[in-house]
Amino acid sequence: MNTKDLKKQVPIDEVNVAERVARMSSRSIKKESKVQALKLVLSMIDHTTLEGEDTPGRVIQLCNKAKQPYFGRTDIPHVAAVCVYPQLVSTAKKAVGDSGVQIASVATSFPSGMGELQAKLDEVRFCVDSGADEIDMVISRGRYHNGDYNYVYDEIAAVKEACGKAHLKVILETGELGPLDNVRHASDIAMQAGADFIKTSTGKISPAATMPVTLVMLEAIRDHYYRTGVKIGMKPAGGIRDAKTSLKYLVMVKETLGADWLTPDLFRFGASSLTNDVLMQIIKQQEGRYQSADYFTID
Amino acid sequence: MSSEENTQLRPDQLDFKSLWTYDPAPESTDHVTIKEQYNLFINGKFVKPESETYFPTHNPANEDKLSEVAEANQADVDKAVKAAKKAYPKWNKLSGLERGKYIYRIARMIQEKARAFAVVESLDGGKPIRESRDVDIPTAAAYFFYYAGWADKLDYAFPGRKAESIGVVGQIIPWNFPLLMASWKIAPALATGNTIVIKPAETTPLTAMLLAEVIQEAGLPDGVVNIITGAGETGAAIVNHPDIAKIAFTGSTAVGKIIQKSIAGTDKKVTLELGGKGANIIYEDAALDQAVEGIINAIFFNQGHVCCAGSRLLIQESVSDIVLRKLKDRIDSLIVGDPLDKNTDIGAINSKEQLEKINELLEAGVAEGGTIYQADCEVPGKGYFCRPTLFTEVSQAHRIVNEEIFGPVLTIQTFRTPDEAVKKANNSPYGLSGGVWTDKGSKIFNTTGQLKAGVVWANTFNKFDPTSPFGGYKESGIGREGGVHGLLPYLKLV
Repeated sequence: MNTKDLKKQVPIDEVNVAERVARMSSRSIKKESKVQALKLVLSMIDHTTLEGEDTPGRVIQLCNKAKQPYFGRTDIPHVAAVCVYPQLVSTAKKAVGDSGVQIASVATSFPSGMGELQAKLDEVRFCVDSGADEIDMVISRGRYHNGDYNYVYDEIAAVKEACGKAHLKVILETGELGPLDNVRHASDIAMQAGADFIKTSTGKISPAATMPVTLVMLEAIRDHYYRTGVKIGMKPAGGIRDAKTSLKYLVMVKETLGADWLTPDLFRFGASSLTNDVLMQIIKQQEGRYQSADYFTID
Repeated sequence: MSSEENTQLRPDQLDFKSLWTYDPAPESTDHVTIKEQYNLFINGKFVKPESETYFPTHNPANEDKLSEVAEANQADVDKAVKAAKKAYPKWNKLSGLERGKYIYRIARMIQEKARAFAVVESLDGGKPIRESRDVDIPTAAAYFFYYAGWADKLDYAFPGRKAESIGVVGQIIPWNFPLLMASWKIAPALATGNTIVIKPAETTPLTAMLLAEVIQEAGLPDGVVNIITGAGETGAAIVNHPDIAKIAFTGSTAVGKIIQKSIAGTDKKVTLELGGKGANIIYEDAALDQAVEGIINAIFFNQGHVCCAGSRLLIQESVSDIVLRKLKDRIDSLIVGDPLDKNTDIGAINSKEQLEKINELLEAGVAEGGTIYQADCEVPGKGYFCRPTLFTEVSQAHRIVNEEIFGPVLTIQTFRTPDEAVKKANNSPYGLSGGVWTDKGSKIFNTTGQLKAGVVWANTFNKFDPTSPFGGYKESGIGREGGVHGLLPYLKLV
């Protein structure tokens, strides 16, 4: 049993969070600063497929897209990672090779988290053994609502240990947590228990990532950094489908945590359809006009 | 103020400067025409001044001359008051319903021309386009809409009493919210059936002249609203004019006192909306990140040129270190510069004189032993700019804690108990605004009830709504503007 104080401590004022988000959303990103930001967004994407119908063929094609989002151009970066189910980790790992694209896998009875701890830990070890660089776990929301914060904490700590060298992203599934006070509280528990990243959502329920939720989590990360000097990463996931929205998220990161977090090492977008819209906007900025969707590959 | 000592990063300071900065995103000015010269708007027409004198108005962000406006002398003021007096009987007899229609029309036309108004407001006054576009102009229209609604309902505003207009009113408005203050003054006066002689501030006359064009286009009967430009002498001529029934003034406490003396012994009614030194109280149980954002809005909104600015911060000592750190990181991320850039958070100081006054007080703060922290942001080489500034290690004994600075300068003190916070907040010659930040409802009611200030916000700041009365205690003024209370100064109840 840990001796940490896991009581709810930090109140969040939802009205003012919404106001701050609105203000940051009104930033006007133009010209070169827009191209620079779009390339940064591209390099931060966790290109994701998490469907029951996923096959090795599908995953291999997805990995090729991740390595080379837009062929024939050397100035366009590869995405940060490919995110798949555990059974497909080894396939994906082989497919990305030494491209620098990381392999992330969801584990711990994703997406509900309703499994026995031992089974969850076995799943994590299986993913790591299969070559996963990053583990995206889900917290036990039922236990959280039940007030059993120590269980939530201990589970994250156990998963972190099972991860070994792999990075741990902790999914709070904020759409099931209720008020922002809980989002903040769960963020604090996850960071104290050893999360390398905190992540909003599985993408399986609505709402997934929202700007207010992300801002509250970024501010939790800032407080953790103030207290400990440790930089925790952030990953909004689900619901970010277009370049314009992704730029608003990037503004939030810049104005809340600063330049140090503007890197795939500390900020990721969990998304499946964002990549091509970002590419389309980059090409539009550079060539002055929009291209047909057929000029962007769809793996 | 030199900030050499601030240019180094503090240990573990967040870095808001490198890697990615926003390219300039200036609002276009192509759609705006500013005339080379503006005359006085008297009796529904633009007329040359009897004084035959004009004075320039400048863009404080680059010191360029924008236009020149007429300087009204005694003869011009006489002319304007005469026009208002002549127009009064007919305007007063017009039904409230008909008066309301004119006011609604003005409100709608402000909305239609909102973009031009916003750009001119930022050009002439230095405020960021984000604020003139999102706050000043929409709120100005909202005041016209609100008081238009009262025009035909005055008999219901004060049950059992009959409300009668008072005649020709003289109104003098400040440079910090030029169009918005014009709307606060003109809308209730028109709704209650009075006629008007109004003078905008000498550094920011242009949106008032655009408003004159709107009023002319709206077909308001000649002489009902007369807009004349000039400086202090013009204002004095309005105040001292025997045919003026009421003075409405917004501006400095010093001028407010002069007005009080001038009208002593007359039966002129008066409302004065003067200076302030509002205190924000942050309790340890507040939502701190949101409180910090509120403090930022409270003092850096409109470069701190806000009479109800939250210019004093009182932090419960147990959270003062963390709040201070958050405040410093937040002001480092503010963008100071071109008011027309859509990303600018803090624009230009309104005038050279104001910048000199702010700098003098900054020096006084340092000389008194205060610790100064200024954001290490870049500021343009030309124009009047001031970095956002925090002062710690200050106390009630210090001049900068007592005097209104009217600039982007926040003084920070700590307290131990709610009692101490309230006492310090009230220990001021002013009493215009106050703020309380806590997650605990009972604490909000307990504290706000004890603050001697005309407007007190809880967990927010600088929010304006036409339905809400606004005004001060003590040296912050007399009378209320806004809401049903704002009708009273323009009425006789019989």
